[in-house]
Amino acid sequence: MLPPELKSETFRAYSPEVRKLAVENIPAFRRLPLSFLPSLLRELIEYDYKFPAERVALRAELASLGSLSNGEVDEVFRGFSEIKLSPQLEGSDWVNSPAQFVEQLSAHLWTTHQLDAFRIAATKYGDHLSALVRPEPPPIPRLGISVIGQGVVSFDGSLFRKLRPHGTFFSRIKPENGLSLLLEAVAARAKSHPVPYGHWYIDGGEPASHDSTLTCISYSALEPTRTALLARIHSEIERPGMGPEGLRSIMAQLRPSDLGKQATVDEVLQRFQLKLLTEGSGTQIFSTTFAQWAAREALRRAQPLTLLVRFAPRQRQKAMNELLSANSNQPELDVMGSLIDAEMGAYYNWLDQQRLSGAEKSCFLVWFENHQSVLAIGPSIPRQTESGSEADLARLLEWLV
Amino acid sequence: MTKLRQACTYTAGLLVHPDHDIAFLLSSSRREFLRSAAGLTLGSALLRSPLARAAKISTKKKVVVVTFGGGARDQETFAPEGEENIPGMMREMLPRASFFTQVVNRGILGHYVATASLATGVYETINNFAALPPANPTVFEYYRKDLKRPSSDAWVVAPSNGFNRIGESNHRSYGEGMGARVILPKYLLKAAMSGGGADYDHLLRDNYENPYYTPELGNREFELQQLEMILKLSADDFRSHAKTLSSPDELSLYIVRQLIRQVAPSFLWITMHDIDVAHAGAYSLYIEGIRRTDRLCAELWRVLETEPEYSGKTTLLVLPDFGRDADEDAGGNGFQHHRTGDAAARTTWLMVIGPDVREGVIYDRAVESTDLVPTLGAMLGFSASFAQGRPISELV
Repeated sequence: MLPPELKSETFRAYSPEVRKLAVENIPAFRRLPLSFLPSLLRELIEYDYKFPAERVALRAELASLGSLSNGEVDEVFRGFSEIKLSPQLEGSDWVNSPAQFVEQLSAHLWTTHQLDAFRIAATKYGDHLSALVRPEPPPIPRLGISVIGQGVVSFDGSLFRKLRPHGTFFSRIKPENGLSLLLEAVAARAKSHPVPYGHWYIDGGEPASHDSTLTCISYSALEPTRTALLARIHSEIERPGMGPEGLRSIMAQLRPSDLGKQATVDEVLQRFQLKLLTEGSGTQIFSTTFAQWAAREALRRAQPLTLLVRFAPRQRQKAMNELLSANSNQPELDVMGSLIDAEMGAYYNWLDQQRLSGAEKSCFLVWFENHQSVLAIGPSIPRQTESGSEADLARLLEWLV
Repeated sequence: MTKLRQACTYTAGLLVHPDHDIAFLLSSSRREFLRSAAGLTLGSALLRSPLARAAKISTKKKVVVVTFGGGARDQETFAPEGEENIPGMMREMLPRASFFTQVVNRGILGHYVATASLATGVYETINNFAALPPANPTVFEYYRKDLKRPSSDAWVVAPSNGFNRIGESNHRSYGEGMGARVILPKYLLKAAMSGGGADYDHLLRDNYENPYYTPELGNREFELQQLEMILKLSADDFRSHAKTLSSPDELSLYIVRQLIRQVAPSFLWITMHDIDVAHAGAYSLYIEGIRRTDRLCAELWRVLETEPEYSGKTTLLVLPDFGRDADEDAGGNGFQHHRTGDAAARTTWLMVIGPDVREGVIYDRAVESTDLVPTLGAMLGFSASFAQGRPISELV
């Protein structure tokens, strides 16, 4: 099937709300090239499990597509129209399995050397969309907080090297009750600006006590899911003919119930957590990777006003000689390696936050847990500066936000 | 790589420069860093060396190629903030090398298929995760057929099972029996450890892109025969030594040393893979991988300089198969992957050291990954007739 052949019955397998949205937009869909449309449907088909910010963005994009004249469609999508697809792709069930189509399209673009052309087309469309659909500025400046270095007694190196040019390094911040103060400040923002999925706390280990208004996910809470997922992976790879692409498709289609999860009141968050494990690389093994990837996906998808990410020590990667000796199965922790991971993770948290609307007013803070070192970035904070001011973290947040 | 949505709605507005401009900026900053840090000369300022041009193709000439399966980005290597991670290459190798700052890979950015492309001079499109031969003749086949070299003269030491077919293509004019002999050290280890009961599955992981999948290979007896007949190692000795090493790439270098001493091939190709642990997302492990690879490259160069069969007549070429995603590309996740196809992921470098190579010179014009095979052909005297690239004129 090709896009001009779309009818309302085509979407009968979609959930009621998604089907309604799809049918309303059939006239727009029919004009779109096949190299583009399934990627849009891939988002749409997951609409029921999208965060509010994603739903708003998707509806705005659909409205924008519907408003284009035929000439504008030709112009905006010319690059996509020039992508040559295979008969297999054209004949696939891209309406009901858009994610699989996009996976196969990806492989096709690489093997036919059309990836660069596709990239140019995608960038052009992105520019067009950005010009037409301006995201709403956040009601308050966004605040990102990264807490790194849990368990590290001392560190002689220079921390926050990538972030220092953008803010002020504070060397004498009082660490006492630091995490509690930060979580209280985050909770206060959640209460004063209650927005669904607007205020997050992600912990790479065991979460600290926190206010129930926060959207919280943690590595430790997902341990049963991680274990079930790894068991599922191992059983799948034993099957004859199973390869990496087949495995990836199976993982992408997993539902929480496939891993023994009971349905919860918050299916959106439950699905989000599962995707962190099935789509993230290394999130099943290393807690530092989990924390960084979870923050990235929360920022990209939920676009929170507040995000506190606390990195925890990950398990140590054993050297070859240790693996060969196999003396102990007890995982050890690598606190120093985890500090380095988290330092980079904090930099990525900041970069990801800066990709959202209101970036010019956004604030960011990274704290070396239980130590005096903090780096703060915000419109009121000088760049590439060091400060010996003494304060606790609550006071520093007052200066920052 | 399903990046359309991110590219469309998330990257929008962040990509200021067309990719070719970014590639140029990458190579320019790499060049400026090298000029200031290592005091190298810009190649475009030099006349061609009459010595290099007049150098005769000697049958005693040897070539060693090292590729990194798992690119390292400039900021962690050839940049002011990355210099600390590569002391071996910076201090020992670079002052004696010709360095090409802009090697562009326009093919598929998967390690097996990219290595196959490097080895054929054609952007291969074979399945990255299957043990399949390249479709086009490999450099080993050209070398052996044109120069009538025995099978013992061309070897590949490669990191994972998926590379076991890298030595020869299924091209009808070349193919079976004309390629290089391939050693997979991890597979040797598996054969040697068989029945040992140790928990070394993690070590034998085939690749970091798809860590759960390992193509199955041939029989254990053949691997043990390789150990004993060719490398002159008993399974016990090999096992004991392996227990003193910290990584698969260290194991590869150990095998390379044995190969150099026992067989002394004229054409040796080594693919390293430790850096690719970056796919697990732990930055400290990625940095460790870079530091280890740097140390192993410097060690290899010292071996080549001191072994009588190699000293003074060996050209060493070192290059990553491609780069990794830039931090600034919202479609990726920084150092972790090489999925965006952006300039940082496609652009890397080449370092060449040897008796006929200018020392301490930087070349910042763009060359392609597929130029490697024709360049080797011009160096060694064979014709890479099916390769897409062209010889790098500064090296031949």
